[in-house]
Amino acid sequence: MENIVQQIINGISLGSIYALIALGYTMVYGILRLINFAHGDIYMMGAFLGYFALSFWNFSFPMGLLFAMGGAAVLGIIIERFAYRPLRLAPRISLLITAIGVSFLLENLMVLWLGASPRPFPQKIPLEIYFIGNIVITNRQIIIILVSIILMFLLQFIVLKTKVGKAMRAVSYDKETALMMGIDIDRIIALTFAIGSSLAAAAGVLVGLYFNKIDPYMGIMPGLKAFVAAVLGGIGIIPGAMLGGFILGIAEVLVSAFISSTVRDAVAFIILIFILLIRPSGILGKYMREKV
Amino acid sequence: MQKSFKILLILSILFSLLIFPLQAAAPIKIGAIFPITGPIATFGISSANGVKMAFEEVNAKGGVLGSKIELILEDDQYKAEEVANAAKKLIERDKVVAIIGEVASSMSLVLAPICQASKIVMITPTSTNPRVTLVGDYIFRACFIDDFQGTVMANFVYKTLKLKTSAMLVAVTSDYSKGLAQFYKEAYTKLGGKIVAEESYSEGDSDFRAQLTKIKAAKPDFVYLPGYYSDIGPILLQARELGITVPFGGGDGWDSPKLIETAGKAAEGCYFSNHYSPESQDSKVQTFVRDYKKKFGETPDALAALSYDAAMLLVEAIKRARSAEPSKIRDALMSFTKDKPFRGVTGTIYFDQNRNPVKSAVIIEIKGGKQVYRATVRP
Repeated sequence: MENIVQQIINGISLGSIYALIALGYTMVYGILRLINFAHGDIYMMGAFLGYFALSFWNFSFPMGLLFAMGGAAVLGIIIERFAYRPLRLAPRISLLITAIGVSFLLENLMVLWLGASPRPFPQKIPLEIYFIGNIVITNRQIIIILVSIILMFLLQFIVLKTKVGKAMRAVSYDKETALMMGIDIDRIIALTFAIGSSLAAAAGVLVGLYFNKIDPYMGIMPGLKAFVAAVLGGIGIIPGAMLGGFILGIAEVLVSAFISSTVRDAVAFIILIFILLIRPSGILGKYMREKV
Repeated sequence: MQKSFKILLILSILFSLLIFPLQAAAPIKIGAIFPITGPIATFGISSANGVKMAFEEVNAKGGVLGSKIELILEDDQYKAEEVANAAKKLIERDKVVAIIGEVASSMSLVLAPICQASKIVMITPTSTNPRVTLVGDYIFRACFIDDFQGTVMANFVYKTLKLKTSAMLVAVTSDYSKGLAQFYKEAYTKLGGKIVAEESYSEGDSDFRAQLTKIKAAKPDFVYLPGYYSDIGPILLQARELGITVPFGGGDGWDSPKLIETAGKAAEGCYFSNHYSPESQDSKVQTFVRDYKKKFGETPDALAALSYDAAMLLVEAIKRARSAEPSKIRDALMSFTKDKPFRGVTGTIYFDQNRNPVKSAVIIEIKGGKQVYRATVRP
């Protein structure tokens, strides 16, 4: 029993990271119908921005987190402006291929610049361990879960309660009509990328703190898994991405605990296949017919 | 017209005179393939340093058989396809007589069949998986094998530390890790010890909490963790976070300054088996450590020492063979015997029928953020 509770705590910490990354996927998909495969690499860039801020410029942890989020937001805008915007009228497959290209570009630029070796992440927050009976929870796990939940609520607030959020929803619903209503589509799309990227960067910094290891290829697997999480919850739906992230994190940990740790990475993709077979629109998704 | 032709003729004769002595002492080309970048980069860099230092020493003394040795170094980033590319390039384009490499057993298992097929001598400084040299009669190594390393650790844990139950956490993606775990388990259970949990992970993973929680529940006295330093650091940190206080132990894959850098206090009181200790009082070791420090500004790890020995083994074999023909180098390597072994930094070496060296191991403890020598174990 203790064992299961411990594993679920491990799973929630991991899941909240997937959830943060999945939010960016879902937002961009919701608005542009684009699966931004470079998103996992923005998460990696965020981790490195945090690394530089904390180790070389000696920022405090919250400042480092904000710096990484801001830097990644700028990066997201740049990528959208130069890689995706010129292709907005092109077939969707060209956009997808460009996204994969951007992903490789970011990874290899970082390898070229810093080398592929993993490096330890500055441990700005000293570790504290709390015991509840025999169950262990660390202050870092609490920080990860809290920061993720705060960011998710903040995002929900922006999307549902602000004018910008309203514009985002309008663009996602019907781009042409939104344009006719006087919404600056380019600005809204850039903003979507900025917000999505900054959430990924936050996940990157939190992962650095949690795992104490970052490298230029760290974005590949979590990126794919967050994509699965987004599909699982219903791509384009913000609460769905959160739900998907948590389910995936817990499933992964439980599978490696009670079945076998070798199939850990496979779980995400087995879930993906099942969800596509049984409920292609995801758990919270509604069945929608493609417009002809 | 005629005049310029004459000048050209004279010039060409002069040049051919210049070239002639150069041709007589064409350099002996030896290739090396290491992971200079990538997840186990410190291994690659140390190994490359060891080889460079050996050849520079030899060249400074006038080379072998009147020729200098030319080292051609390739980086494979710890990727199998890059190993194969580098090997093809070295053999077909550079026409090397021997290749030193790779570091990791999984990669050496890619390199060995290529060298064997082209009948080029390959000597891996550090790959300890037994299958590597079984590929063919041109494949050698400078280190002992997993068989021995796993057994040594099992003996040490059971007899010296008197710890009767162990858990294992194994990298399923690594031949090295799986090999060590298998031999540890065999030797440990034979002694009377009990393996209470067997968990696995994939190299490069970052979350090990699920497996460690299970290991914690099994309450072992010791955890055997054969793997490479880049994964060991995070594993130790997460284990300590979960409240596992027992010692961990592993093999030579732990030997990197990065390990203590990433794991910090979490590595205190852990043990690993290794090829040599820079603290040894042997004069050969002391000279090597001093020269290496002077050249590269850090204490050489076992990989540097083994690579240095591998390079020197080749030089010695070329000297003995009086030829740089790969087949003759091969025969010369096999001609070392128990009474007349090769004396290297990592101990005396001669080869058994499977081209594995017969040599001793040391046990190192991590104490006060440093590697401390604990014991030497002879085969």
